[in-house]
Amino acid sequence: MSDIDLAPLQAELSRFDLQGRSGLLPALQAAQRLYGWLPQEAAAEVAKALGVPLADVHGVIEFYSLFYSEPVGKRIVRVCTDAACGLKGGEQILSGLCARHGIQPNQTTPDLSTTIESSPCLGLCDLAPATLTVDDGRWTIGDNELRPRSMVYGLSSLLTSNCGKGRAATLAEYGAYPALRRALELTPEAVIAEVKAAGLVGRGGAAFPTAVKWEGAAKAESFPKYIVCNADESEPGTFKDRVLLLDDPHRVIEGMCIAAHAIGATRGYIYLRGEYPYILPVLENALSEARAAGYLGKKFDIEIRLGAGAYICGEETALFESIEGKRGYPRIKPPFPTTNGLFDQPTVINNVETLCNVPLIFEKGAAGYRQIGTEKSPGPKLFCVSGDVAKPGVYEVPFGTTLRELLTMANGSPVDWLSGSAVNQSTEQPDSRITEKLENGLQAILFGGAAGAFATPAHLDVKLTFEDLRAAGLPLGSGVVMVFDQSRDLRQTLARLGKFFAHESCGKCYPCQLGTQRQMEILQRLANGEWQMGDSERLQDVGWTMTDASLCGLGQTAASAVLSALKLGLVKL
Amino acid sequence: MPQLIIDDKEISADDGATILEAARQADIDIPTICWHPATSSNGLCRMCVVEVEGMRLLQPGCLVKAADGMRVQTKSERVIRARKTILEMLASSVDLSDFPEILALMDEYGASSARFPLAERREVEVKDDNPMFIRDYAKCVLCWRCVQVCAEDAQFTFAINFSGRGFETQIGTFFDRALPATSCVFCGQCVGVCPSGALKPKREFLLEQGVTPEQIAAMKTGLKSKVKSQRSSI
Ligand SMILES: Cc1cc2nc3c(=O)[nH]c(=O)nc-3n(C[C@H](O)[C@H](O)[C@H](O)COP(=O)(O)O)c2cc1C
Ligand code: SF4
Ligand code: SF4
Ligand code: FES
Ligand code: FES
Repeated sequence: MSDIDLAPLQAELSRFDLQGRSGLLPALQAAQRLYGWLPQEAAAEVAKALGVPLADVHGVIEFYSLFYSEPVGKRIVRVCTDAACGLKGGEQILSGLCARHGIQPNQTTPDLSTTIESSPCLGLCDLAPATLTVDDGRWTIGDNELRPRSMVYGLSSLLTSNCGKGRAATLAEYGAYPALRRALELTPEAVIAEVKAAGLVGRGGAAFPTAVKWEGAAKAESFPKYIVCNADESEPGTFKDRVLLLDDPHRVIEGMCIAAHAIGATRGYIYLRGEYPYILPVLENALSEARAAGYLGKKFDIEIRLGAGAYICGEETALFESIEGKRGYPRIKPPFPTTNGLFDQPTVINNVETLCNVPLIFEKGAAGYRQIGTEKSPGPKLFCVSGDVAKPGVYEVPFGTTLRELLTMANGSPVDWLSGSAVNQSTEQPDSRITEKLENGLQAILFGGAAGAFATPAHLDVKLTFEDLRAAGLPLGSGVVMVFDQSRDLRQTLARLGKFFAHESCGKCYPCQLGTQRQMEILQRLANGEWQMGDSERLQDVGWTMTDASLCGLGQTAASAVLSALKLGLVKL
Repeated sequence: MPQLIIDDKEISADDGATILEAARQADIDIPTICWHPATSSNGLCRMCVVEVEGMRLLQPGCLVKAADGMRVQTKSERVIRARKTILEMLASSVDLSDFPEILALMDEYGASSARFPLAERREVEVKDDNPMFIRDYAKCVLCWRCVQVCAEDAQFTFAINFSGRGFETQIGTFFDRALPATSCVFCGQCVGVCPSGALKPKREFLLEQGVTPEQIAAMKTGLKSKVKSQRSSI
């Protein structure tokens, strides 16, 4: 019944069959590269080679947005219609493209030449409006860039010294892993003590002390142990890890090597989001350079795993499930990754930026590192500034810089832009502030991403530190600072956030599986002016139920930005 | 034996008992949907959530172990709001007409099935592809029990899994094949654990449709041979 030649796939599969189920995503990706999509026969062949039940293989294909169980176009155009790109006409670009091809979003032309998709954030918010085109395995960003531009600014360049040059730093340019050499002179305990003394706190969103994690995994008595680098970066508005990985891949690899020494790990994984295919060759090349130089491949080696389109796989336990070849469902915690992580073994999982701070600590020493930033938030921090600013990009600043200082840099001309903003207005009457006539003055800032919260001009003097932001009720999250001027209709932004969470909920637990859908419907009504009696209470009940009763961080924060916008009176109901 | 306080009642729980088990031993009712003694708990439905002093968020009673000195509220305002909203959202998505336990819970919590107007429902056609049972996923509450008993919790047959994700999640087979064309051995364990009426013996389904027992008996012989031929064509 099939006109599909399975021979090339069978040849490919021998590369994965030893991995068993853990080879499932790479094997499906290989099959999709061969056939353009995943025909039933190919999926069955993968199932047979890896010894995975057919129904499970289908379950995995169905979970990930970038796997196709039906034919798609040779060329797939993904148009971002998420929060930052929405401000720059993302939806209009999508409908224009679709009209030109005579199809609807997420459809394929009858000749199978082109598929056009409405995409969640592509991690290219600084280049908004963003599109990513994959044509026969080759990708382009925007009209025809092969690599996204990195725009790097700020007050320091400790993490970003090699970034923004338009190409990746080679090993020779990066240096002979001097921090690793210093760390290897120390015992694992002393390495962890140094990281603890430096006060490094995770940059992936949960703000967890890095040394505590490392200590937990170091003490665990089961082997092997794993180091996982979380490069899934899918939080709308976040693109700092993209810049770090693309421009200076050796920094994160050196950080992983030091972490491996600290906990006694023999194997590392970099889980790279599927929408960053252009980073893959850069990382692969850096890994070979590091192997050739002897930093990798002896006691410790690293494998790259490419995601397949699922925001939830940034959640650490869902990420493990994904590497293990399963649907990306978050696990119940406890047990925690430090004892029962990847393959149920002791695991340290850290964000890219966290790991990039590690070499810095060993270059400068803990005391030197602590000279940067504040007492409670030491070190440099990257912020992803996007939206209504003159210079969107990655900003490296020491912790303790104020939001006003950051935005002044991002705008280039502080006076004009902020003059209209009602800094002195009391927060008691937010509504009157919005309706004031301000020539494109500042209206609001989305802080920490879709899972974050809104700030207003009243927050401009907040210091960007973990402690000051917590006191102000603002999550640092992944460092997102998305700026909205007075001309923006935030109801549209809320509708985009609602759509994002409904699209990305894994569906495991009821509050989020059902709540993200109901929240999206209500926010869409709000944006369309079709508000129903009682929607305000519905939004609150759904929002608080997701926040309070969901299983994982996705559901627990899926209403965070919406509830903050309502509380601040940023949208009129 | 951990000593804890649930709703002002002092309780000594068995070692290793969950809050749910401890509460039930003391005749304190905590509602559940997905929990089942024969399947591993995954914390899906969150109907069992309770407030535990010192914890920022509500905790699933079916998973969290009772611990010494714990103070638990099973009927606080936050708990009620979450349970009622979950019930209302479920009723706006799924056909609960065959699930009397949930309908009773809705009465108890004053939950309205009309709370969410203009809500998209998970509507799908009844799958009637084998002589043993039908699959009416418009009634499915995604408790995962069928998938679990078909896999590691009992049968190790792996005939069914999930399709879609998020709100669009459904129980499904490999590329939606008919059950006889899968590894299904028709052990019936999934039907036995399904709480919602989504999986139903064919006979019961037919009787509900108004088919007489005699007509059913006549149909049986023909269907069996059909299954055989479908199987041999895989
Ligand atoms: C829905 C969700 C998505 C997440 N996505 C990411 C991500 O893309 N990158 C990341 O580093 N952490 C992400 N996290 C946080 C991780 O679970 C984890 O806390 C982090 O990788 C730990 O690294 P750190 O200690 O270095 O911050 C996410 C969490 C949730 C709940
Ligand atoms: S909160 Fe959402 S993403 Fe997390 S487990 Fe529940 S359904 Fe899945
Ligand atoms: S079909 Fe029944 S047992 Fe299976 S998930 Fe749905 S409600 Fe649960
Ligand atoms: S790339 Fe469009 S919002 Fe991030
Ligand atoms: S019974 Fe506890 S989550 Fe369903």
